[in-house]
Amino acid sequence: MLSVAVAHRLGDFLLDAAFESGGGLTALFGRSGSGKTSLVNAIAGLIRPSRGRIVVDGEVLTDTASGVFVPARRRHVGYVFQEGRLFPHLTVRQNLLYGRRFAPTSRRNGRGRAGEVEHVIELLGIGELLGRRPANLSGGEKQRVAIGRALLAQPRLLVMDEPLASLDEERKTEILPYIERLRDEFAIPIVYVSHAIAEVTRLATTMVVMSEGRVAAVGPTAAIMGRIDLFPLTGRAEAGAILNTRVAEHDIRFGLTTLRSAAGDLRVPYIDMRLGTQLRVRIRARDVMIALQPPQGLSALNILPGTVAEIGPADGGSVEMRLDCGGEALIARLTRRSVEGLGLAPGRPVYAVIKSIAFDHQAFAGAAPSTPGADADTRHG
Amino acid sequence: MSWLFAFSPEELTAIRLSLWVAFWAMLGSLPVGVALALVLSRGRFWGKSLLNVVVHLPLIMPPVVTGYLLLLLFGRKGPIGEFLAEKLGIVFAFRWTGAALACAIMGFPLLVRSIRLSIDAVDRRLEDAAGTLGANALWIFVTITLPLIVPGIIAGMILSFARALGEFGATITFVSNIPGETQTLPTAIYMLIQVPGGDLAALRLTLVSIAISMLALFASEALIDRASRRVQGR
Repeated sequence: MLSVAVAHRLGDFLLDAAFESGGGLTALFGRSGSGKTSLVNAIAGLIRPSRGRIVVDGEVLTDTASGVFVPARRRHVGYVFQEGRLFPHLTVRQNLLYGRRFAPTSRRNGRGRAGEVEHVIELLGIGELLGRRPANLSGGEKQRVAIGRALLAQPRLLVMDEPLASLDEERKTEILPYIERLRDEFAIPIVYVSHAIAEVTRLATTMVVMSEGRVAAVGPTAAIMGRIDLFPLTGRAEAGAILNTRVAEHDIRFGLTTLRSAAGDLRVPYIDMRLGTQLRVRIRARDVMIALQPPQGLSALNILPGTVAEIGPADGGSVEMRLDCGGEALIARLTRRSVEGLGLAPGRPVYAVIKSIAFDHQAFAGAAPSTPGADADTRHG
Repeated sequence: MSWLFAFSPEELTAIRLSLWVAFWAMLGSLPVGVALALVLSRGRFWGKSLLNVVVHLPLIMPPVVTGYLLLLLFGRKGPIGEFLAEKLGIVFAFRWTGAALACAIMGFPLLVRSIRLSIDAVDRRLEDAAGTLGANALWIFVTITLPLIVPGIIAGMILSFARALGEFGATITFVSNIPGETQTLPTAIYMLIQVPGGDLAALRLTLVSIAISMLALFASEALIDRASRRVQGR
């Protein structure tokens, strides 16, 4: 669906990156200066790479070998910029409709609901803002209008360059659900640039890890996040595994919800979601404890049996290890002393202990991108 | 005080002609000014700094020199003047059109400079954004760039108009001082000072000149303020 291979020199910096993605939300993750923005600019046609080939939906947009370079305005790649870039002299409505006249008529109906101005306005909750000018909008409102503007131009691919970077935590949580709805409801392929692991693990179907202008790893988000060797790039402090779960039970009396996964059941603080809803959970390595026997008389509610699969290199006094729990990966961070004291080694059966309280709102993401709309009809009770 | 309003027909003609000439000098140079400002701000070509110098020359050269050069080029026997007169029937020499041309040239650096600075200030990333939404270069210019530089254009127009109202040297050199045809406020005042008993009339026209200048400046401030508000969306 999307195939990118680009080599481009910018002063001393050499961007030499290639990846492929089958749709959903592809996150380009990496530190600032790793070439993420240059890469999406090449996809959008804002820079012309010295060498490279970019194909979207079977259409060649850039191919330096055969001299193909489709100009940005004919690419139909929607771009949501970090700073919004709303036109200051136009109202919100005029901003939203700016790209409409150039939208391809073939896709206007083909993509169905994406074409309906009202639907987009409603989805992004910007109906109240239509008569205002960008200077009178909050940061979060600006970004929602910017998303709407890109969407209404009927893009075949949406590129988002750190759309939340300039917003505070509250505004971020305000916008994340909208991006999830784009991914799932509109089923529009998205390339999402970010250096915030929480955003990426929550949103991304596929993760492209960038480092110094190169692609260090590509793969499904859960697989990438479970790779200990990538921690120097994905960040040790925020390291954690991703579990795909399903809402299985609600315990109203204690305010708990049970999530079922291949690794076992997790009891977490009550989540207002229907039974059967797919849910992606991030379990941070620092929230996982290891026991050799099934613990007794412990307040933690989640005890998952598994085996040690891999022990990473020591980093100061601590060590990360990957556990195999029923085929799912779980990452735990322990002190080196504990590893030695417990005699942990690959192959050793262990129990992972996770406090329910460790699951804060950041740990959850909406319906898993692999199975959008797989909600069961059962209502919770 | 009755002397203050006792305008003679000649004086009224000079006032009317001054406004007329300044208006056309401003309007006529506007499209060329916008185009040149765009080229100087955005263009990358050999000889750009030379072009920049040439545009600014009338600001620095003695106005008499500019007037004389115009006379050489656009006079009846001048290469451009002769061509225009024969092929298109446009005559500049000793006509109000010549006065307007002289004023336009003298005000041109101010016009171009003001517009160029406003183009330099336009956030080009907004134009990129319009491009990703499907707009072509012309549409981007009309819907994004042009509205954003309106304050600069207005400022440039007022400067050009004001310069035209005050133009003396180039005008009198190029098209002389013909009452009813090329005699504008400054040349009329100059003439009146030379004639015995013309003092009162000269003072009258001086006051008119001051009044027009102040009005123009107030109007421009108000217009620029309104346009900037609109552009910044406040």
